[in-house]
Amino acid sequence: MSYPDDVRYTAEHEWARLAHGIVTVGITGYATEQLGDVVFVELPPIGKQIEASKTFGVVEAVKTVSDLYAPVTGVVVEVNTALTDNPAAVNVEPYGAGWMIRIKPANPADVDQLMNSAAYSRLIEEQHA
Amino acid sequence: MSFTGLTTHEEQRMLREIGVGAFDELLDAIPERVVLHQPLPIPGPLSEIEIRRTLGEWSRTNAADRAVSFLGAGAYDHWIPSAVNAVAMRSEFATAYTPYQPEVAQGSLTAIFQFQSMIAELTGCDVANASLYDGSTATVEAALLARGQTGRKRVVVAGALHPNYLGVLRTYLDGRDLTILENRGGSCAALDLRAGLGPDVACVIYQHPNFFGLLENPRGIHAMAHEVGALVIAVCDPVALSLIEPPGKAGADMVVGEAQPLGNPPSFGGPMLGYFACKQSLVRRMPGRIAAETNDRDGRRGFVLTLQTREQHIRREKATSNICTNQGLMALRATIHMGLLGRQGMRDVAELCVQKSHHAAQLATAVPGYRRAHDGAFFREFALECPLDASAIVARGMTAGILPGVDLGQFRPEWKRWLLVAVTEQRSAQEIERWVQVLADAGRTS
Amino acid sequence: MTTRSLENLTFPRRLLIEQGGPGHRGPELPRCDVPAVPIAELLAGITLRETLAFPEVSEPEVVRHFIELSTLNHHIDRGFYPLGSCTMKYNPKINDEIAALPGFALAHPLGPDSANQGALRVIFELQRLLAAITGFAAVTTQPSAGAQGEMTGLMLIRAYHRSRGEGETRVKVLVPDSAHGTNPASVNLLGWETVTIPSDERAGVDLHALSRALDSTTAAVMLTVPNTIGQFERNILEVTQRAHAVGAQVYMDGANLNALVGLVRPADLGFDVMHINVHKTFSTPHGGGGPGAGPVAVARHLEPFLPVPVVVERDGQYTLVHDRPQSIGRVHAFHGNFGILTRALTYILTLGPEGLRRVSRTAILNANWLMRRLAKTYELPHAEHCMHEFVLSGKRLRKHGVKTLDVAKRLLDFGIHAPTVYFPLIIEEALMIEPTETETLDRLEHFALAMERIAREATDHPDLLLNAPHDTPVSRLDEGRAARELILKWRAPLGPEPASTPETVGRR
Repeated sequence: MSYPDDVRYTAEHEWARLAHGIVTVGITGYATEQLGDVVFVELPPIGKQIEASKTFGVVEAVKTVSDLYAPVTGVVVEVNTALTDNPAAVNVEPYGAGWMIRIKPANPADVDQLMNSAAYSRLIEEQHA
Repeated sequence: MSFTGLTTHEEQRMLREIGVGAFDELLDAIPERVVLHQPLPIPGPLSEIEIRRTLGEWSRTNAADRAVSFLGAGAYDHWIPSAVNAVAMRSEFATAYTPYQPEVAQGSLTAIFQFQSMIAELTGCDVANASLYDGSTATVEAALLARGQTGRKRVVVAGALHPNYLGVLRTYLDGRDLTILENRGGSCAALDLRAGLGPDVACVIYQHPNFFGLLENPRGIHAMAHEVGALVIAVCDPVALSLIEPPGKAGADMVVGEAQPLGNPPSFGGPMLGYFACKQSLVRRMPGRIAAETNDRDGRRGFVLTLQTREQHIRREKATSNICTNQGLMALRATIHMGLLGRQGMRDVAELCVQKSHHAAQLATAVPGYRRAHDGAFFREFALECPLDASAIVARGMTAGILPGVDLGQFRPEWKRWLLVAVTEQRSAQEIERWVQVLADAGRTS
Repeated sequence: MTTRSLENLTFPRRLLIEQGGPGHRGPELPRCDVPAVPIAELLAGITLRETLAFPEVSEPEVVRHFIELSTLNHHIDRGFYPLGSCTMKYNPKINDEIAALPGFALAHPLGPDSANQGALRVIFELQRLLAAITGFAAVTTQPSAGAQGEMTGLMLIRAYHRSRGEGETRVKVLVPDSAHGTNPASVNLLGWETVTIPSDERAGVDLHALSRALDSTTAAVMLTVPNTIGQFERNILEVTQRAHAVGAQVYMDGANLNALVGLVRPADLGFDVMHINVHKTFSTPHGGGGPGAGPVAVARHLEPFLPVPVVVERDGQYTLVHDRPQSIGRVHAFHGNFGILTRALTYILTLGPEGLRRVSRTAILNANWLMRRLAKTYELPHAEHCMHEFVLSGKRLRKHGVKTLDVAKRLLDFGIHAPTVYFPLIIEEALMIEPTETETLDRLEHFALAMERIAREATDHPDLLLNAPHDTPVSRLDEGRAARELILKWRAPLGPEPASTPETVGRR
């Protein structure tokens, strides 16, 4: 599996993309493969303050459930409401239509501290060893 | 007698194939000093003949073996059609496991799905689960859900909730978070409720019909609770719901209760059958098991347990409750029962309960010294204020082969003259006359 | 409902709401024999229902409906159920017969004690026998199930700490990573915190990690013995001693008691409290998912906190006692799942001391034999002798694209229920197998042959496994669709429908 270069990664398998001062967040293709078919995503309300490495929501698959961890600190400015009717988008396009929330970060440079795709690939390899 | 099936020869062969010389080698991980070398100091083994004799004798010392019952208060003596027993006792249902492998459990799952459907219809709610332990824990689960959903802590109990349900609530919730409103006149007075509400209230719980058999005013209660943003939990008897407007249709957020009256005997109070129904918006917080419709690879309709991620075995410490079991066999019995009675039968049972209980109340209040403890419409059950202690009436009744009612003095000393009387469709006019006679005889001695 | 069944001309499988129609009736009620008064008058001021959209089906068709459903279930009386930690042993029929005796079935929980002597005696005797079997001082039979028993046990521990002024400080419970999910869930319900203790390389509790975690904030340590790998906790005496040394209590999850009856008494291992799953160890039927019962046994120091009411015996008379000032209160509206307790008592009396001893011995023998046999084909993560259950890993089959789930589904084709899968979490592609003592060697061998065949199929015909089951009433079901669409009740037909005619049979 390959991991896109245009996003950064966390050890909890979220990705983050900074554009025009806003960070879009979702979960990686590795995460969706482990979870299986996503059936529900619980997302925070707009305006909620979230903290890096703390949970901001939950993703539910048929047999498993997983917390979602914020990659950066900031305020939630948008949530992907399309996931309510179409949670499968998370599996089909984890880095595109399956995005989950958008954050206005307290410090945009925080995104650069996250792993790039090469580092994330190595992490996955190590976990499987 | 242990129901095992191994010969000594087979045992020896097995030990050889395992690679040990003696069975005790398999126990090497157990500290020697805790291994029992004496048989346990318990009786038995008893053969079936002896079991039937001994336990049969014990069962016959129970008055229920012979007496006519006017007992209610949360466990009722309703008619259970013969087909319920015949079908539910089958091995295919009784000895099946929880339907975790749905391909070999469509029998259980289809029954659960139909149970959910009929409970949703009875309660007027959007969805229902596959059942919970009993009415009291269903009430607790509802309160916990309300707290989780609203983020608030206080639980208000309005009107006459079954004292034992209240007891269970008290065990599960911190006393500081529980507000029990007084019930004047036996039911929930609007003034009391309004005074008891506030922005910290997660839910208002009321029973309908309540512990005394009295019918409450659901719409009024709902309006007041929703006004302060609290959820409404209605604890309802399912037989009554066949006749009265279900609180789910009147805006209740959750309707829960005890479904023992549907196809299950009183059985000294257990096993019972809690049910849980609620609005669609709360479905992901609903505790317990839930069956959902789907299809197999060949397009056939089938049913599976779903939303299992909420259950404890997957979410572990984040679980919304720690329910593992539903009451599978009891729910099956209720489903067969509801299916057999059907639309008309369910209504007939409820109507007979109303007719007979009102007739009994009328006859009883004509006996000098007896009057109803409360005014107001009631379903199947009423509290009678008596000229002597209810316990004395019960004792007299037993000598006449009648269990005339529940002595409410066992709940509160100030209720010791109150007898809670339930009259189901099973009670004949003649049995009711005998019951009135007991009251009259007891009244004369006071 | 599909055209498939019409093609075969088998009677279509429908839900009750899809059958019958207005005028179809089940068994009827007697006519009202008291003077009838209009309901609206009797219930003045009460809003009545407008409709009840319930089925209208004749009794023979209702019976056929459920009998047909019954044929779709696997069940113990049909075949093997090697579910780990579920103890799917035979359910003796004498148990059901006794529980159904009218004196028991019709007994009312709120009658006077004098009317219920037989029922109270059942409860009292069962409590006495469970205490003897487990070695504890007292037992409550109020909890409705194992999970509720756990909650009750933890509440007893909390009450104990509170009584010693440590209720606010002791708020953590140590739980091994191999534990069943009910353990941390129960801890959470009390508002306490779960601290997970890793297992060592022998799948026992890591003593170092345990000692590091034990301190004055520890309320309890919760353990399953034998553990969920089926191994007896070798260091158990050390564990309970260390827990007590810091003032914590030790709780035993009794799910695996079948391995210990007549062999070891949990109280002798240093536990303070345990719950018992009577629907596992004591043969009460699983009923498609309940009802069960979860009695809790306690050491002397926890006895005052037991739930009320308590059954007391004096001079052969049994009474319910409510006045117990230190009790945690009620955990059941009445007296526990009496009908289930009666079955458990019947079972214990049927077995007697020799029978119980034979239960654990045979359960352990069966499990070890099966383990050694299957270890020739499947990976066995822990090769020491097991107790009543063991765990295999299905990961060898992964290279063929086959998962444990597929093994489970293929077993169904051989008339065998799948073992517990994907639990415990500490073993990859776990298959937890518990044969129980009521299985014969023939049955064990049949299961072994099936598992060996599946391993061969993984190499030669993996799609047989990936598409299994093939021989069951339905094939693999779409759980994703179920969770997404959440169709949780039937759709009632719109308006009254005419009764089925031969032309309309099979049409929804």
